[in-house]
Amino acid sequence: MLSVENLEVVYNDVVLVLRGISLEVPDGKIVALLGGNGAGKTTTLRAITGLLDVHEGDVTKGEIYLDGKRITHDDPSERVRMGISQVMEGRRVFAELTVEENLRAGAYTNRNGGKVKKAHDRVMTLFPRLKERRNATAGYLSGGEQQMLAIGRALMQEPRILILDEPSLGLAPLLVQEVRDIIVEINAQGTAVLLIEQNANMALSIAHHGYIMETGKMVMDGDPKRLLKDEDVKEFYLGLHAGGEKKSFRDVKHYKRRKRWLS
Amino acid sequence: MIDTLPVLAQTDLSSLDTFLQMLVGGLALGTIYALLAMGFVLIFKATQVINFAHGALVAIGAFFVAIVVLDFEIPGRWMPGAPEWLTWSLAAALGVVAGGLIGLLLERLFIRPMVGEPLFQIAILTVGLDIVLRTIVDDIAGLDGRPLADPWGIATARFGNVTIPHTQLVQFGVVLFLMIVVALFFRSRTGIAMRATAWDQEAARAQGIKVGRIFGISWFLGALLAGVAGVFASIFPRAAGVSSATAFVAFGAFPAIILGGLDSVVGAVVGGLIIGLAESAASIYLVQFSSVLGSGFSAIIGYVIMLLVLLIRPYGLFGTEEIRRV
Ligand SMILES: Nc1ncnc2c1ncn2[C@@H]1O[C@H](COP(=O)(O)OP(=O)(O)OP(=O)(O)O)[C@@H](O)[C@H]1O
Ligand SMILES: [Mg+2]
Repeated sequence: MLSVENLEVVYNDVVLVLRGISLEVPDGKIVALLGGNGAGKTTTLRAITGLLDVHEGDVTKGEIYLDGKRITHDDPSERVRMGISQVMEGRRVFAELTVEENLRAGAYTNRNGGKVKKAHDRVMTLFPRLKERRNATAGYLSGGEQQMLAIGRALMQEPRILILDEPSLGLAPLLVQEVRDIIVEINAQGTAVLLIEQNANMALSIAHHGYIMETGKMVMDGDPKRLLKDEDVKEFYLGLHAGGEKKSFRDVKHYKRRKRWLS
Repeated sequence: MIDTLPVLAQTDLSSLDTFLQMLVGGLALGTIYALLAMGFVLIFKATQVINFAHGALVAIGAFFVAIVVLDFEIPGRWMPGAPEWLTWSLAAALGVVAGGLIGLLLERLFIRPMVGEPLFQIAILTVGLDIVLRTIVDDIAGLDGRPLADPWGIATARFGNVTIPHTQLVQFGVVLFLMIVVALFFRSRTGIAMRATAWDQEAARAQGIKVGRIFGISWFLGALLAGVAGVFASIFPRAAGVSSATAFVAFGAFPAIILGGLDSVVGAVVGGLIIGLAESAASIYLVQFSSVLGSGFSAIIGYVIMLLVLLIRPYGLFGTEEIRRV
């Protein structure tokens, strides 16, 4: 089990971004972490995986444990080795490398030939499309294919916990469903999942537990079905007003476009 | 850095033999540039550092070979009956590996602590390193330089009317071998990790790749390739040993790096060969115009070509349009 306790993160020694958040990802479960822009979701991911340093961020309080072992300040490669892998926001595939090479880069810490083969087979079964495009340069894949590759790459180290940062971002609705099904499948094979999303509907529909954060604090957590019914959640994260009508599609679209510029 | 083989003096400029001789000379020079440029690009791609100390690394590699061969006689002293080409080659391999380790050390001691600082500052730091290292080599090697005592000497082979020094035959073999090794390396686990790091450092770290280690390896390889270039730049027919002048090969290779596109290893090889061939051709075919162009024109033709290409393709022949990084 992964547990985050009272975590506080500061950027550039002054910007307090996480104000004491706690969360748990039990073995074999899917946990959703929701929140609007700038809530601190990606920062939480960076803290868990040890990538705060390049962003001049520091954990100033709190701890992160994996199975009771403190990993708060461990090297990122060590955390990968221990079984935490991530699919970063915006896919971040190695565009100059082929699909196959991206997968081999993902297997970097997995030095057991048999295990790599097993992980590779699993990825190829999960993503038949990647199998077809094995030798293609990753930069030429479509957005959906790149997302699949990013997930496949993260699976190559046979993680116990997979953290995905907004995997549905910028994907067409049909592809969002596909990604959702893939996550369910990965979880069914025994991998715990921490799913960071703004698409609360998608995330809560498959999660066993949900957390909602706002400006660096957990504001709500609990059973996904209950969260889905909650009026505030509906209003802010499902694009539904109290009346039940959907927020205009253009608002959503506009927001997404802006987001892409930002990232 | 120009071959002046006696056979050229009296040959007819329009003959095929002259042309072939020019090609051989150009390839000999071009492969030295290619080795240098490859190492430079390797370091740049993996670490984003523009290494102005590359010239010093050329001299250091060759210098170590001179020391291992002549001062320490390693491994020759333990192999009394062995042929000289074998003991020398082993010694040369040891020497260039030692040069590679200097590269590794530089990265560890001076570059790594600068990670995160503006790249411009790091580049300036390498200028400082270059000066210090060259001064050290100068002091130890002395003005006259140190011979590398290679077993081939000034022996040449003739193919038809084309003359090729034995050292250059060896050089062609070694360079071909190294290019194959580098190509295979890029497909290995570490090589893929290096290319991944070059593309996106943070995403590479997210895969568990230790980028610090990758930086070290790229400096090791870059320095090693520079050292090999230095060895062939310090023996017949280019020079009588490694000296303060050896580091200046890097000036000749600079246009090759820019021409190839700074961030492409293939470009580095192609750029190196083009500049080498151009210098060789200019030294033969343009001599008749020396009253107009000046006598040293072949030495700057690389820069002329570089400038012309940059006018048409600002990112070089193989360079990516912009360096896309976070
Ligand atoms: N490197 C940084 N330096 C300073 N502030 C930062 C840095 N990175 C993020 N922040 C700030 O921290 C806050 C949380 O950012 P974070 O990226 O974690 O949010 P997020 O929940 O992932 O948002 P989004 O949904 O837009 O990805 C934001 O206010 C952001 O501006
Ligand atoms: Mg984010």
